[in-house]
Parts: sequence; C-alpha cells; structure tokens
Amino acid sequence: MTERLSNREGIKGMANPTRYGIERVAYWLQRLTGLGLLAYLIGHIIETSTIVHGKIAWDKMLEFTQTIQGHLFLTLVIGMCVFHTANGIRVMLGHGGIGVGKPGQPEYPYKASSLNYKQRLCIWVSIGLAALAMMYGASVLFGV
Amino acid sequence: MAVVTAQKPSEELITIGKTSTQSDAITLRIARSNPAEGQETTYAEFKVPVKKWTTVLEAILYVKQNLDHAVAVRYSCRQASCGSCGMKINGKPALACYTKVSEIKSNVITVEPMNNFPIIRDLAVDFKQLTSNHKKIKPFIINEESEVTPESKEFIQTPKDLEKFLQFSYCIKCGLCNSACPTMATDTSFIGPQGLAQAYRYVADNRDKGKEERLKIVDNSHGIWRCHFAGSCSHVCPKGVDPAMAIQLLRGYMLGFQK
Repeated sequence: MTERLSNREGIKGMANPTRYGIERVAYWLQRLTGLGLLAYLIGHIIETSTIVHGKIAWDKMLEFTQTIQGHLFLTLVIGMCVFHTANGIRVMLGHGGIGVGKPGQPEYPYKASSLNYKQRLCIWVSIGLAALAMMYGASVLFGV
Repeated sequence: MAVVTAQKPSEELITIGKTSTQSDAITLRIARSNPAEGQETTYAEFKVPVKKWTTVLEAILYVKQNLDHAVAVRYSCRQASCGSCGMKINGKPALACYTKVSEIKSNVITVEPMNNFPIIRDLAVDFKQLTSNHKKIKPFIINEESEVTPESKEFIQTPKDLEKFLQFSYCIKCGLCNSACPTMATDTSFIGPQGLAQAYRYVADNRDKGKEERLKIVDNSHGIWRCHFAGSCSHVCPKGVDPAMAIQLLRGYMLGFQK
C-alpha cells in the first residue's frame, strides 16, 4: 500500500534497460553481469567443495562441466567477466570525475557532457571485448 | 486497469479558421487516480485536435477546458522555467510544456504521473521529499562575510570561477531526474540526483565556506555513494544541468581526484 502511494518504480523500473539510452543499458548489464558472476562464484564454491565427498563425486561434477550446457555456461561467464571488468573500469573512472566532461554554459538542445562519445565508445568497446572473449572461449571449449 | 473513453462530437474538432482532419487529432490517454481515496489508476482517452506547435500541456489543457474539467495537473509558466508540469509522456519523464506533440511521432500519447513521487491526484505529484532533500543539502552560500554591511566588499569571482557551478544553478527543481533515476526507484531515503547536483553547485562555488558541512550530509549510505552513474538523470534534464556530471565531480572531489 505504502509502495503504491509512493509511486516508486521499484526493481521492475530499476531493471528496465530501455528508455534512457546506452548508458542505462550499460548500468543494467553491469548489474546483471555482477549478479551472474556472484551466482558463478557460489556455483564454483559448491563445485569445488564436492571434492570432500570423494573422487567419484568430484569426477561426476567435472563431467557436468564437460557437457555442451557446461561449455555454454562457461562461455557466458567469460563474457560476463570481461564486460563487468571493462565497463567497471569506465564506471570507476567516472566516479572519480574522470572522463565526464567539464561544466560549462549549457546550450540548446542541451546535450549532457557526462553522456559524451568517450563514455559511449567505452561501453561499446566493453560489449565488443566481451563478445570477442566469448567467441575465443567458445572456440577453445568446443575445440573448433 | 480500466479505460474510460471520452470524445466530443466531430464538430468539436474544429480549430480557428480550419476544420481539423483526423490526422490533426491525437488520442490523449491520461492516467487518472486518487490514491488517498484508494482509487486505482484508470486511463481516460480523449480525442484532441492539435497543430504542429501544440505542446502536450496544451493538449491536456484542451481536455480540461472542453472534455473533462476534473483532470488534475500542475502547471504554471508554460515555458520550461517553473518546473511544475513534469510527467511521464509515453513512458519517459518530460516537461509537458516543453514537449511538442509533433515531436512524439505517435498519434497516441499517454501521460502519467512521474514515478518515484507520491501521487496526489491524476498527474499531480507530491514534491515534499524533493524539497526536503534540497533543503537538507543547505542550498545557499555559507559564508560569515555574506551579510551586507557598510564595510562589506564585493566577492570577486572570475568567469572561470563562475563556469564551475553556473550550469548546475539552472536547476528548476522539476524532479524529472529523480523520476528517471534507477536508485530512486528502489531506495526511499536516497537524496536523489537533484539534491546531489545542488550540493556540488555550492561546493564548487568559491564564495561558499560550507563544504565540510555539506559533504557530511551527502557522505552516507543513502547519499552520493548510491549513485551508479546510469546517466538517466542527465538524459531527461530539460535545462542541461547534467546532474550525472555534478555527482561524479562531487564524488571525485570527495575521493581527492578533483580540486
């Protein structure tokens, strides 16, 4: 009731990557890949902890990672890791006020300096690097 | 959600000197609600005659004058100076007086109250949190010498000094940035891009001596550290204030990267 009265968009609004340009898409991807990597970390701890149940359990778990689904999942992890790192560096520099432009007299049609081409280029480079790393990872994993 | 349709007879779509054709009319969908009385949101549809210079606010006022007087909307200057008519237009926060119907490139325009603000009624939202956050950051020059006395001298400020904060002083407190902000969508205590940008406006002003006070206010878990540089605030700002830049520069200042 309180939430409805406050008219907050909530997680649905926060997680909506449309409407506000590539910067919002990058924000959304950064969050999504962060959660994905957290899930991978938890999965990885569970996977390696199977060794305490003996060699059979460990081999069974390793077999799972050698399946097509396992390879696809690892390819995705590579992409998430590369994008999160590259975009994370952009965001961290931005948080320090680096690369966000300088204040000046705004002139119509008021293009925001902080949403400049350098920022956009870095986002596209992050996406491109992630795609390249995924392709390379997939070629190694699938032995193409 | 229920849809209420209201339409005047076709002869009502006559504008001065010319009969409006169907292509000169749009369907305006207005979100109607009264949360205080537990009334759920419904969408009322109206056929509104438009010209190429008609703004969304003018279309809403046409509805108020001719089709439904009960539509609640806040507006004042009609020239993007007062910041009263912020609303969601086809899903994006914008000033209704500053958005031309012809820019939208759709014959159906949906207007809704801004997100992240409590709804008073229909399109009018409550600005209490925005104004209280604005006040919280002490939006005034803190300087013991600011009192004018017969002995007082002018503050000397070069154009370069002025340029450091002038852009951020153009804020009209319309709330569009707070409405677009993804952190505001989930964190009810977040100061918001408007307040944080105004904090930087005074921090960057060389006449101000209240930096420490102001930085203490923004340096908390619901303050500047909750901004993740999504840039949506700057994307929707109608005055070119660029709150995202102000916030990053303020954070850079706090981290020691900026002077």
